[in-house]
Amino acid sequence: MDKYMEMVRIRFLMMLAYRTNYYTGILIYAINIAAYYFLWSAIYGGKSSMQGMSLGQMTTYVAISWLARAFYFNNLDREIAMEIRDGKVAVELIRPYSYLGMKAVQGLGEGLFRLFFLSLPGLFFVSLFLPLQFPGHAKTWLSFGLSLLFSFIIFSELNLLAGVVTFFTFRNEGLLRAKRFIIDLFSGLILPLSFYPDWAQRTMMYFPFQAISYIPSMIMTESFKGAAVRDGLLLQATWCIVLLFPIGWLWRAAKKRLVVQGG
Amino acid sequence: MFYVSVFFQYMAQYMKTKLQYRADLFVEWLSDFMAQAVNLVFLLVVFGHTTLLHGWSRDEILFIYGFFLVPYAVFGAFFNLWDFNERYIVQGEMDRVLTRPLNSLFQIILERMELESLLGAIPGLIVMAYAGARLSLTFHWYDAFIFLLFVIGGALIYAGIFISLATISFFADARTSIMPMMYNISSYGRYPVDIYHRIIRYILTWVLPFAFVGVYPAAYFLDKEEWYSYAFFTPAVGAVCFTVSVMLWNAGVRRYRGTGS
Repeated sequence: MDKYMEMVRIRFLMMLAYRTNYYTGILIYAINIAAYYFLWSAIYGGKSSMQGMSLGQMTTYVAISWLARAFYFNNLDREIAMEIRDGKVAVELIRPYSYLGMKAVQGLGEGLFRLFFLSLPGLFFVSLFLPLQFPGHAKTWLSFGLSLLFSFIIFSELNLLAGVVTFFTFRNEGLLRAKRFIIDLFSGLILPLSFYPDWAQRTMMYFPFQAISYIPSMIMTESFKGAAVRDGLLLQATWCIVLLFPIGWLWRAAKKRLVVQGG
Repeated sequence: MFYVSVFFQYMAQYMKTKLQYRADLFVEWLSDFMAQAVNLVFLLVVFGHTTLLHGWSRDEILFIYGFFLVPYAVFGAFFNLWDFNERYIVQGEMDRVLTRPLNSLFQIILERMELESLLGAIPGLIVMAYAGARLSLTFHWYDAFIFLLFVIGGALIYAGIFISLATISFFADARTSIMPMMYNISSYGRYPVDIYHRIIRYILTWVLPFAFVGVYPAAYFLDKEEWYSYAFFTPAVGAVCFTVSVMLWNAGVRRYRGTGS
């Protein structure tokens, strides 16, 4: 366990080394959220609510979605694909830790950095100018924190899954990109899922994507209340567990047929 | 003339390598198409809940988006500088480029071109045709030339901004993640800028002139006369943007010292 914690710390420090990144990062986050605020103001066009959300809730939703994304987003799929192509994965496999586990904690280190040094200051900065609505209940904040952690796990699991597929295909740059766009669209990052037509919402129930962004953002804006919060968290937890099976299965198969192309 | 012949030689080599991996080419095109679809779905879903965006109709917004895709495709094909820092500075490829008797920026553009991105213009033209037909827009014979001029202007604006960002690598050693973030900001130029606060509108017009890649030039074809003066500025803004970035680049190259790798 210690070695994994150490890796979280090292990744965190690595990110800290590039200082210019976070000043620009905060600024650009702020511009981003502000632009979305005006876009949504125009979309609301004076209406007090759409799909049960007020403009204030919608702005908060967008701000929280991007905040959450900074935390859960990582490029583990690309890193794994690159290590397979370069042949580095052979060395990784003989090291005394779980390769996929180590990848996941590296992602966690990066995510924690971006959450605390980039998006939280950015959110604070934005809240000075825009009418964001934050919940007063500690319980909502706690549920949100838990939900965010689940988001990270599900997103990383999907990334690990896509990365492991590289063992079989060798080149899957296109697949990785397609996956990213599907997640942007169906996770609720750019648009709450409640805005989609009913058939799309029903279809999305069967995919893990909404557990990534939609659920934590809905919890934070208090659009989900009581039982809905509990159901959301349960759905996320279920996906966390369910996704472990294909990863484990593919990983065992992948190790058997690993081809190291030089390196 | 020498530059032109080099350009075509690079192009020929490029075609050969790409046609070797046809399946990959198809998947790349598909994923490009999906990136465009994400924005399209956003627009369509939003307009399922509202009819006007600050006085602009769904079809007008779609038309702007369709227009935007064309200069963006041209930019994507020739100015693929996303990993410039990683590849040329950190890994030291820049040293190789500088030993050759050809402008360094020109060489990098040729080395990194991705002609298949031009296919991204096709969905753009389709969206424009669809929205244009629904709006029953009328065109003049000279509109084709104006379209071409605006597309080139828009592509040069994108190129100028992203070349300028790449030159940061010459001055700062740090890796930066500005480029993907800038990509986010660029997308706001696609919406009618009058919906934004005037500060953002000012930034999108004069600081990071992304509005000249989307809403301003498209407004000309939509017969929005109040925006004509902005629309016709497009080629000039493109030229200025690109010239400044080339000057920055040359200053950066003079200051460049290899990383030793």
